[in-house]
Amino acid sequence: MFHALVAIKQVPDTTNIRIDPDTGNLVREGVPAIMNPYDAHALAAAVEWKHKLNGKVTVVSMGPPSFTSTIREAVELGADRGILISDRKFAGADTLATSYVLAEVIRAIHEEDPIDLIFFGKQAIDGDTAQVGPGVAVRLDFPVVTYAVNIRAVDLDDATLVVERRTERWTEVVETALPALLTCEKDIAEIPFAPLPDLIRSLRYEPEMWTMDGPIDFETDKIGVRGSPTIVYQMGTPPLPEPGEKINAREVGVDEALAFLFKKAEEAGALTTMVGGAA
Amino acid sequence: MTTRRFWVFIEQEEGQVHPVSWELLGVARRLASQVAEEAEAAGDEVVVEGVLLGQDVRGIAERAIGYGADRVYLMDDPVLASYRNCPYYLSIKAVAEKYAPEVFLIGATTLGRDLAGAIATALNTGLTADCTKLEMGEVKGADRKLLLATRPAFGGNIMATIVCRKHHPQMSSVRPRVFPAPAYDPEAEGEIVQEDVEITEEGARSCILEFIHAKEDTVDIEYSDVIVAGGRGLGGPEGFGIIKALADAMGGVVGASRPCVDAGWISYAHQVGQSGKTVRPKVYVAAGISGALQHKVGMQNSDFIIAINNDPNAPIFEVADVGIVGDLFEVIPAMIEEIKARKEARA
Repeated sequence: MFHALVAIKQVPDTTNIRIDPDTGNLVREGVPAIMNPYDAHALAAAVEWKHKLNGKVTVVSMGPPSFTSTIREAVELGADRGILISDRKFAGADTLATSYVLAEVIRAIHEEDPIDLIFFGKQAIDGDTAQVGPGVAVRLDFPVVTYAVNIRAVDLDDATLVVERRTERWTEVVETALPALLTCEKDIAEIPFAPLPDLIRSLRYEPEMWTMDGPIDFETDKIGVRGSPTIVYQMGTPPLPEPGEKINAREVGVDEALAFLFKKAEEAGALTTMVGGAA
Repeated sequence: MTTRRFWVFIEQEEGQVHPVSWELLGVARRLASQVAEEAEAAGDEVVVEGVLLGQDVRGIAERAIGYGADRVYLMDDPVLASYRNCPYYLSIKAVAEKYAPEVFLIGATTLGRDLAGAIATALNTGLTADCTKLEMGEVKGADRKLLLATRPAFGGNIMATIVCRKHHPQMSSVRPRVFPAPAYDPEAEGEIVQEDVEITEEGARSCILEFIHAKEDTVDIEYSDVIVAGGRGLGGPEGFGIIKALADAMGGVVGASRPCVDAGWISYAHQVGQSGKTVRPKVYVAAGISGALQHKVGMQNSDFIIAINNDPNAPIFEVADVGIVGDLFEVIPAMIEEIKARKEARA
């Protein structure tokens, strides 16, 4: 039976982030929390293959208890089992400490119920690092395929996977051994409407909570702040750029505005570039 | 005496070097110079070194020396002919363990991101993604300068400076075009050190069956001299017609802000900003783009920025060298005419 594991993260919807103009601080109140969009598409792909191969999908997420809502959303979308890895001691983890905890959890699941394929989103929209997926793959010693856009074939008998990955230069068709780990672009699958039984099940679903108290042990010097080689040394707002020169075409007319523009371009040495290109 | 090594991953595919590799050699040289005094006092040596993997790529190692590498570690083997995560990260892990670099910079390309996270984990060290500022600086409690890696967080609203205090190498990824490329010096001298490749084809665990080259829409906005970018102010996908016309008139390419891409008006390849490409063209035109922070962090290093927007208070004007308040559908056609007229006058 096909067993897919999907790692999901709850993120603030960064398109809605505001800065308090008086304090310069991030306004967290009222920012909706969503499932990281790439993770949602990765989950949709896992569920698609669960149906094709008559399998099951386990989701794991690491974060505070409020992440329960995102696990429920995953169940609504077709996950069979949800695990929330949550403990104050995990807080402050950088990507290295995060990949350690996730890898330990996934390893434990894999030992009890072997996993064929692990799905990650290509990156989380709140950090954009794209580091945790490859990091977990290294720790588990699974081959990793990043930027996956299309799973062509999963062969459980041969333990192989054929997947397309899209890089900046081309699309590669890669064959890799299973078990493997994918990090997924949105193209990997469309997010389907949840079937009613899944929707109903999700409402009452309580994720399993994995903490420092069990069911598995974590090395305390590899988790949280202690396990994180990087620390935030300073935070600041970006330096204010020098204000540019502005001209109002509605007041002076388009011709004068353009005359001003071309004069400034000439002074800045940019005019040749502007008028030097192919006609 | 110890040797303080500043490493750069030299990215190549099919013998073509990604220019971010040269940009990072420039950064590494600057970082090395920032510790020169400290190193001299301690009797230490400071070197900039490249790490190059591939097949038949010795010529690239020679070029890396011209861009500032004192030494290039070359792993040249059929198993490394095309980039694959496993053979690459394991090979680099081996040389990194052998030479213990202090700093290791990798381009934040699709290839570099795939690789960097694996290397950092394998070496049990810290990695800061997408840095926009890198300095060697004094940090309280550290006996020598550390890498201060600054990156935008929360969509560019906050700049966070990250240090990796006790683990080595201190790793950072940097997007293309965040830093300028250094000048090429054909007279520069350096050493190429051939390293053994231990990994075999069986250990690679994956193979590439096929490369599919995209047929259309393969715009490369990162290295264009002129970008004309459109935003929500275009009103719809058809608005990109006028943007394209201006780009053509100037021999440039079309860029876009995130809302246009999210709305499906234009493909992601055109997206400029924190979630798209970082660019630094000679001329950047922002038309109908309000100038959200996440957009500005991706284009504010452009040499000359022209903003055209109806709203006199649009934040894009804060980074523009020249801002024109007005209707882009009036301003741009007139601008195209003016450019054509000036071109004819020159011819």
